[in-house]
Amino acid sequence: MIPASWFLGLSFLLFFLGVIAFFVKRDLITQFMAVEVMLNAANLAFLAMARSAGFADAQVIVFFIITVAAAEAAVGLAIILLVFRRRKSIASEDHDKLKG
Amino acid sequence: MMIAVFLLLAGCCIAAVLGMILSKTPTYGALYLVLMFAALGGLFGLIGAPFMAVVQVIIYAGAIMVLFVFLIMMVHPKTGIPRERRKGPVRAGLLLGIVLGVELVFAAWSAFGAPAASPAAVVTPKEIGRLLLTKYLYPFEVTSILIVAALVGAIALAQKRGEA
Repeated sequence: MIPASWFLGLSFLLFFLGVIAFFVKRDLITQFMAVEVMLNAANLAFLAMARSAGFADAQVIVFFIITVAAAEAAVGLAIILLVFRRRKSIASEDHDKLKG
Repeated sequence: MMIAVFLLLAGCCIAAVLGMILSKTPTYGALYLVLMFAALGGLFGLIGAPFMAVVQVIIYAGAIMVLFVFLIMMVHPKTGIPRERRKGPVRAGLLLGIVLGVELVFAAWSAFGAPAASPAAVVTPKEIGRLLLTKYLYPFEVTSILIVAALVGAIALAQKRGEA
């Protein structure tokens, strides 16, 4: 059986790559996908910890995380579409109107 | 055998995220992400969560990525983002990401000191269904309301003004 720490290490790596992708990429869609990568890394860590603690409820909680992520993706993508219609661009650098 | 499968799937995940970072257009990024979600579903199965593996593949690799690809088609970014990206914010972001990575290494280090793995029990879908409809019934119902609200909100946001 594979030790849970391997899964934990992989989830750390995926989360780290997700953060890097979020900062390096410059369009809203890919940045949103990087957020999804981070969410999935957190799910993997959740399941790894749950297995090492022998805790079945964690899978229900991961189920809730996935459903909430689906709702979040629907609303987030609608917002990106709206932003694109208003500004004709999905480059995050073009949306700096809130900058002081 | 299990270790070989784990290494294969983990390598797929990491390579797919790297491919997403290095790809020029969001379309390729989305396809790499489908690969990553599918491989992660395999890992969920390996960790003793077969139901979560199926949910991962159906909802993430299926439903959510279809949404992403639809959005990419509606937005049709021509050839990705123009090259004149500013280097300063990217460098600062990389630096912050590496700082976060070091912090995570320390956190994971202390977590590995936790008690060793108990015999891995595979949690069956039956068990999850029982928990969902007994102990977690209230969150389950609230989630369905959340999904409806998100659907209505997404449609209200994305509809064109003047139509509908």
